[in-house]
Amino acid sequence: MNSAPQSPAAPAARRRMSGIGRVLVAVYGVLALAALGRSFVQIVQKFDEAPLAYALSALAAVVYVIATIALVRSGRGWYRVAWATIVFEFTGVLVVGTLSVVLPGLFPHDTVWSWYGRGYLFIPLVLPVLGMWWLAKHRPAAGTPAETPLAVAAERPAS
Amino acid sequence: MIEWYTWVQLGVAVAAGLLCLVLGLAGRKPSDLTIGALALVELLLVAQLVVALLAPAFGNAPSGSVLEFYTYLVSALLLPPAAALWALLERNRWSTVVLGVAAFSVGVMVYRMLQIWTVQGL
Repeated sequence: MNSAPQSPAAPAARRRMSGIGRVLVAVYGVLALAALGRSFVQIVQKFDEAPLAYALSALAAVVYVIATIALVRSGRGWYRVAWATIVFEFTGVLVVGTLSVVLPGLFPHDTVWSWYGRGYLFIPLVLPVLGMWWLAKHRPAAGTPAETPLAVAAERPAS
Repeated sequence: MIEWYTWVQLGVAVAAGLLCLVLGLAGRKPSDLTIGALALVELLLVAQLVVALLAPAFGNAPSGSVLEFYTYLVSALLLPPAAALWALLERNRWSTVVLGVAAFSVGVMVYRMLQIWTVQGL
């Protein structure tokens, strides 16, 4: 798991998330936990009933976990991962949410994203927007390489 | 699950959430009061676990999925310690807000647990 190029002991100032961003991470963490738990129950109990919906739930749960980690980590790589996962979530909630309203027969069983995340207080709909806003405001040092020389030195001790 | 106890627990979780949210947004760092509120939420959850384990032996069995119930309960049990650890590591106002988020999440989970235990076919 620890294949990330940066050292875990990076000083707090180097982390992307600080201040109110921490709250965003906390909410992401709770959502990841909730999606994981629910998906675990669905797959153990009744996977045969709706393999598509439940496989999607599991995929969504894993993506939420990755997004949570990516938001905390620093560096350009994780920044891209954060964007990719959050865009994936936003697309998912829009597409699956719309499909579940227009073609309810397609998703007879709930996923995280059914009805735009109604089962989760619409948090899955709101959170990606906040996440993207945060990422856009806190891109790694504009124009130049993502890491400052100091951070590169700290993060790539091998080279 | 004892229904009145669960409602008390829900009330405490929401009150703790409000307290931490208000104090956090007012700029307070995590304190004995806010971390103590989360400790109380956690203590009530542990008691709920004991009640849930014993209740079926006294004819009070869940009407819904037992697996789902315990998935919620175990997830809820993880939240206050995680938030408190965070509050100890990072002592700023946002950690207090995070404590509040954790308490609210526990409240939602307790409500879902009550539904699973008492309402059939959700």
